Amino acid sequence: MAKSYVSTTINGESAEFLCEPQQTLLDVLRDVIGLTGSKEGCASGDCGACSVMLDGTLVCSCLVLGVEAEGKSILTVEGVAQGEKLHPVQQKFLEHAALQCGFCTPGLIVASKALLDQNPNPTETEIRYWLAGNLCRCTGYDKIVRAVQDAGAVMRGEAS
Amino acid sequence: MNYLDTNLKVVGTRPVRPDGVDKVTGRAIYAADTRSAGMLWGKILRSPHAHARILSIDTSKAAALPGVQAVVTSADFPEIKSEEAFVGEGPMNFRDLSTNVMARGKALYEGHAVAAVAATTQAVADAALALIEVKYDVLPHVIDVDAAMADNAPVLHEEMFTAGVTPKPTKASNIAKVVTFKKGDAEAGFAGAEVIFEKSYTTKPVHQAYIEPHACLVTYGSDGQVTIHSSSQGHFMVRAYTAKLLGIDMANIRVNPAEIGGGFGGKTLIYLEPVAVALSRKSGKSVKMQMTREEVFRGSGPTSGASMDVKIGAKKDGTIVSVKQILKFQAGAFAGSPIGPGCMCGLALYDIENIEVVGYDVVSNRPKVAAYRAPGAPITSFAVESALDELADQLGMDPLALREKNAAKNGSKTHYGVTHNNIGFEQVLAAVKTHPHWTSPVKPGQARGLAAGFWFNIGGESSATVHVNEDGTVTVATGSVDVGGSRASMGMMVAEVLGIDVAKVRATVADTASVGFTFLTGGSRVTFATGMAATQAAERVVDELKRRAAAIWEIQADAVEWRDGKAYPAGSNAGAFEPLDLPAIALKAGRTGGPVTAEVSVNAQGAGAGFGAHICDVSVDQETGQVTIERYTAVQDVGKAIHPSYVEGQIQGGAVQGIGWALNEEYIYSDKGQMENPGFLDYRCPVMSDVPMIEAVLVEVPNPRHPFGARGVGEVPIIPPMAAIGNAIRRATGVPMPHLPMSPPTVLAALDAAKK
Repeated sequence: MAKSYVSTTINGESAEFLCEPQQTLLDVLRDVIGLTGSKEGCASGDCGACSVMLDGTLVCSCLVLGVEAEGKSILTVEGVAQGEKLHPVQQKFLEHAALQCGFCTPGLIVASKALLDQNPNPTETEIRYWLAGNLCRCTGYDKIVRAVQDAGAVMRGEAS
Repeated sequence: MNYLDTNLKVVGTRPVRPDGVDKVTGRAIYAADTRSAGMLWGKILRSPHAHARILSIDTSKAAALPGVQAVVTSADFPEIKSEEAFVGEGPMNFRDLSTNVMARGKALYEGHAVAAVAATTQAVADAALALIEVKYDVLPHVIDVDAAMADNAPVLHEEMFTAGVTPKPTKASNIAKVVTFKKGDAEAGFAGAEVIFEKSYTTKPVHQAYIEPHACLVTYGSDGQVTIHSSSQGHFMVRAYTAKLLGIDMANIRVNPAEIGGGFGGKTLIYLEPVAVALSRKSGKSVKMQMTREEVFRGSGPTSGASMDVKIGAKKDGTIVSVKQILKFQAGAFAGSPIGPGCMCGLALYDIENIEVVGYDVVSNRPKVAAYRAPGAPITSFAVESALDELADQLGMDPLALREKNAAKNGSKTHYGVTHNNIGFEQVLAAVKTHPHWTSPVKPGQARGLAAGFWFNIGGESSATVHVNEDGTVTVATGSVDVGGSRASMGMMVAEVLGIDVAKVRATVADTASVGFTFLTGGSRVTFATGMAATQAAERVVDELKRRAAAIWEIQADAVEWRDGKAYPAGSNAGAFEPLDLPAIALKAGRTGGPVTAEVSVNAQGAGAGFGAHICDVSVDQETGQVTIERYTAVQDVGKAIHPSYVEGQIQGGAVQGIGWALNEEYIYSDKGQMENPGFLDYRCPVMSDVPMIEAVLVEVPNPRHPFGARGVGEVPIIPPMAAIGNAIRRATGVPMPHLPMSPPTVLAALDAAKK
């Protein structure tokens, strides 16, 4: 089957790729581009390990086709830090030990950042419902909630 | 050396873990993230039938498809004779594992591998699977454990004659073995009881549900050298099984541990690696394989479901005088449920004079069970701890008081022969008693449940190497897969012994060719056993550093002392010298005897047993049967928390897995024996909005057998939740909950039945 040419922006840089029409954005990111930070946990949109931002909207990249990214801007976990400087969400996940195996972490980092970008001071309930699409089997979520709350405080300038 | 009473500077603090930045930036490499130039994709064809004789497999069309470079079936694997394997966690037989990895003669469950292909792309591999023609003779199947034990049940293995009964049975059955543990005389004990409580309980199989599906990348070189990158709880385990199943010398297999995306026991055996190596050998190319989520559910894990009877006799003052327990555990398609720990763990919490436990290991047409966090213990404790709660009511006693009255203490002898020593169950119960959660009034519309749990924890074989690098920084390499932050604790223990900043120590996991044998990450053993090896290696490095300082100063080694990361002359008689730190000694290492390094291998004994108790408040929607966990507190004796955040994380994570086990998770089968919910939408693990904050309370009763007092912590926390929640629901509704999961339909049915 002929491959399609797709022109996108990935993590702020223009990126072009060829993909098969049925290939998911997740497969493109991992197998074509080589950005393996986004993980496949289910390939059915249930676990959130593949979460990325597509033109500012949080999506499961396993539920998006590669060709749908044409002309769009994609943010993956690899693009969350600014060079050496970690994003507050990343820093707080580390400080709060909000990860164990780390496999769900990329998706949670992207999804948490998405939450705080649009709601800088979420309640515990808002955090729990926003992140309900990101399965974590290791942590029991407690430390993740605290890390997101603390990252929000940093982003609001109320903590460091 | 023992550091229990020393002033610790690193152990007990909460530094950022060494692999942390890689994991929050997406750089960490898991097995599925590995690539090799020219690699093929391997895929497995799985049986659609729960039980079927394989009459023939025609792979010719698949092999002829352009892009397909290898096809394998059981004919490509040597026949393995029956032999006990002491490689993984829990009982295993090499022949069974071989037959589980690739069906031979019969498919024993839906999802059982029957053939595999390697092709240039995943799409070609999928197309090739569809071209493999398997002729099956579908046989009657059996799923439920009680049905599998019935006289007329379809028998999975013609050669299975129940072990552990005399005389030896003359007829094959699905009961692999019967185990019995006795202490005192249970029947006589009941004769002296004033109150007797009796009930039957069932639990469903639940999957470990690690978010990372199994994956590997392997290369079989033309020189016979095999390299494997894979996700497992033990790369030495992967090597041993792969070597045995394919008849390859261990020295010719090198296994590199990738980062592991969760295991919980489910990655203590293997599924893909031998198949991938067989495909690589046949094709001459590297082969990558990764399971889909559906394959993970259908073809790997889960843990046993069970059917259980409990009978408890007590005096009116609450003294338990006798217990009889019957446990029937599903093993899946091959023998080897965690029936042993199941028989041991439920009653080891209490000092009871008379105990009889009978356990049955039962096969049925389900995936072979794998270890899951304290294998067997959560199941048996669901029954015992639920029964105790009802017994407490019968006695008119507080459920905590009943447990305090009977709690095992140092010197209590268990029914499996071990005498408890240095345990902290009484301290755990004391912490519950004074905790604000326990002492606060129950909120209107809610009810409170309590349950306890025990896991013996294990030690075993571990190796660690500590290197002083040329600039005086330190590397510690161990053979333990890091599944939840153990590199952090290894680095901390080494830094503590050396007296240096933990940032100067880098902890890594070495491959099978680069460090001594290390048993897998399981049984809550790594911080204990591998931590012991790392600590001892660091101590040897300190001894060597003292010798090097002595050589530089030209004095006797015993005239040097080491403190706070520096060598000092030991007193004025030793001479007056400026202290030497690690960089100063490392700089001169070449002139004082060469590299400073030490490797220690141990077979660690004395893993301290772990005890915990959980308190939970629930509310129950009487119209839907929906249960909400309103508040949750988990108290546990952790010995000594090396990195308290990760200890809390183990407890919080285990508790939430237990909440899933209690409220939602189960394998649902069709009448054809096919799993109907093989995805995260229908197999409902707890999501963030399902649970509240989980308060972890660390009780520290040091384990004197570990240099820093650590005892295993990862498994205990999954044991109490099911009964704690069930007890809370019963107290909220007045209706007992003897069947898991306590999902809305189950709870509603129980409430409706009670109304009639």
